Amino acid sequence: MGAPSSTLLPQFSLTPRIDQVGVEERAARFTTRSIKKEAKLNGLLLVLNMIDLTTLEGKDTAGKVKQLCYKAMHPHDAYPGLPGVAAICVYPSMVKVAKKAVDGSGIKIASVATAFPSGQAPRDVKIRDTKYAVNEGADEVDMVISRGKFHEGEYNYVFDEIAAIKEACGEARLKVILETGELGTLDKVRRASDIAMHAGADFIKTSTGKIQPAATMPVTLVMLEAIRDFYYKTGKMIGMKPAGGISKSKLAVHYLVMVKEVLGEDWLTNQWFRFGASSLANDVLMQIVKEKTGVYQSANYFSID
Amino acid sequence: MSVTKKKSRTNPKRENGKSNTIKLKFDTSWSYAPAPESKSAASIKPQYDLFINGEWQKPLSKKYFETFNPATEEKLSEVADAGSADVDKAVKAARNAYDNVWKKMVPKERAKYIFRIARMIQERARELAIIETLDGGKPIRESRDFDVPTAANHFFYYAGWADKLEYAFPNRKAVPLGVAGQIIPWNFPLLMAAWKIAPAIATGNTVVLKTAESTPLTALKLAEIIEESGLPPGVVNIITGAGETGAALVNHPGVDKIAFTGSTDVGKIIQRAIAGTHKKATLELGGKAANIIFDDAPIDQAVEGVINGIYFNQGHVCCAGSRLYVQESIAKEVIRKLKDRMSSLIVGDPMDKNTDIGAINSRSQLETIQKYLKIGREEGAEMYESGCPLPGKGYWCRPTLFTNVAQSNRIAQEEIFGPVLSVLTFRTDDEVIEKANNSPYGLSAGVWTDKGSKIFNMTRRMRAGVIWANTFNKFDPSSPFGGYKESGFGREGGLHGLAAYVTLENV
Repeated sequence: MGAPSSTLLPQFSLTPRIDQVGVEERAARFTTRSIKKEAKLNGLLLVLNMIDLTTLEGKDTAGKVKQLCYKAMHPHDAYPGLPGVAAICVYPSMVKVAKKAVDGSGIKIASVATAFPSGQAPRDVKIRDTKYAVNEGADEVDMVISRGKFHEGEYNYVFDEIAAIKEACGEARLKVILETGELGTLDKVRRASDIAMHAGADFIKTSTGKIQPAATMPVTLVMLEAIRDFYYKTGKMIGMKPAGGISKSKLAVHYLVMVKEVLGEDWLTNQWFRFGASSLANDVLMQIVKEKTGVYQSANYFSID
Repeated sequence: MSVTKKKSRTNPKRENGKSNTIKLKFDTSWSYAPAPESKSAASIKPQYDLFINGEWQKPLSKKYFETFNPATEEKLSEVADAGSADVDKAVKAARNAYDNVWKKMVPKERAKYIFRIARMIQERARELAIIETLDGGKPIRESRDFDVPTAANHFFYYAGWADKLEYAFPNRKAVPLGVAGQIIPWNFPLLMAAWKIAPAIATGNTVVLKTAESTPLTALKLAEIIEESGLPPGVVNIITGAGETGAALVNHPGVDKIAFTGSTDVGKIIQRAIAGTHKKATLELGGKAANIIFDDAPIDQAVEGVINGIYFNQGHVCCAGSRLYVQESIAKEVIRKLKDRMSSLIVGDPMDKNTDIGAINSRSQLETIQKYLKIGREEGAEMYESGCPLPGKGYWCRPTLFTNVAQSNRIAQEEIFGPVLSVLTFRTDDEVIEKANNSPYGLSAGVWTDKGSKIFNMTRRMRAGVIWANTFNKFDPSSPFGGYKESGFGREGGLHGLAAYVTLENV
């Protein structure tokens, strides 16, 4: 979506209304689908393949990142043949290390950028941050929106900023983090989703993982419905990434049910759906091994990174 | 090993500005495995007698009839066909219990029995849910999450009122009516039994309850619970039979009150039958609820509400939102969203926990629905049904909607009582109020808008007993339910539900 199209943009203050009670009821309904046996195993393999394995800490080092990359490629070699995760998600300064570590595996490198997690920096700093990450080899950029400006009603500012970052991304796919835990209402989640998609996001993402609440099923449902409406309007597919707070396989499979029933087949791939998580992978592995062997193994049998 | 997925089909055509070529694909390669509830958790006897005076009595008529599972057409059991002599016996037992035991009992003691019944329903919830699903065809998800818990709630709620009637009716003395003859329908067999029995016995009446012909089993299971609860014999009598049994009950001179839920036609017959007698009545009859979506509504949630409003319990719901009025400016979008949502509804084995829409209750009801589908097409409406595969045996109907429906079409006027939605459009508030009220029925309605003042304007001017705003099909024991016009009179639930079983005297 280029700059001249601004006359075609919707009035973001008039985005569709969301009824929170209704959203919560619908989201709860997905959790009553019974998933077991083969459906469960296939679901778990799909989840594993959709994970953005993440480390976003001040104390991150090359050593830590390398270990995480090995885990990404070899989730559980005691059980060979499992799919790898979708991507490694790190800070810009760790992109080069990670890129080298996963070289040739097909695993993508995602980098947070734009003064993650607060986004409180001047635009030129954010653009440089983004360009740095891309130059270091990031395949995907996870940006944060300016929530302060959003709350001030400066929707054009938020829109322009996303468009500028998208431009700075070049070939890299752009994930736009709305930080829904700071937006306050589902109406605003919907509005922020629409702004991000119209401004050029390839993915919309719930959270940084630094703010509670992070991803929830109701929030994700609102965003999936925004993606669906945008797709019908423009024919353009947008990806979805709930992040933070999804650490159990059962919950992850509930998310898959939601994707299946809201967006259908085309989104059930890591090209269009991701989980931003760090501890989810091991729970999924534990469940996969249980499905295959019939017995649970203790957490000690699964490497922590 | 890679993640097993079907080869992705080609992307939809992307023509600028033409979004009608875009379609979402809900037939996904990752699908749910069958998750059937186990039949063995419920015990159904091969034959049931009549529950009269606290014991199981063989019918004097000596006749029995079979009850079937509509999802498999298999026989589940056979139940007694109560003749007029049996009805007479039941009414006499109820009269005796009323005069000698129940009327005299301290209200607090009555409450204990009702609380006990409520708890026993909870304890045997799983078994009751399974039998409800086997006998009636409704999905186990609904009988488990709605029918059984709501039935228990009604007993809890009215048990609480039993010794507090002086607070329910301040400065009045609430005197029970006597023997209540109660006739329930086949769409919510256990729940309707609870709606009827709980307020009646809480206020000191005794009961003869007749189940619907096609779904007698959960009420008989409730009779077993009542027997086990130690409720004094004759306070609740449960009999089975068809229309003739009901007629015998309605016409019995020993009955003081008739409570009926069912069709408007039968409701009219009952009213004629009791005209000129001392019998009081509450009738909860048919409906053709208007569900209204304004252009400022939360559309995705409204669509979900419309889906639940019409496809809940296969549309066998008297308050089903079967007439959808959509403001014209959003009609296309709403219809598209409805169709998308319909594609993810699973029709099939009611015992499967993933099933959304179960079996049609009986062959005759299926025939009625099919008759209306034909009428709709002949009237020129456009029919759309979801593509869900149907099982080979049993009675099934896919979720269906009609567009291009006119107010004058029969499918917009008559109660179909199946999973069939008629979609109509409107332009202004006044217009839609007029259209919504333009029906012989007046049981329920729904309004979807983000604007509070519009909700109050609409609900004040619509003639419907229950109006939901930004939700649908919500039930609570504390809120009264009942209709205007040909949807009946009298209210069940809440304080109003108590009032239907007492006369108020000055103190």
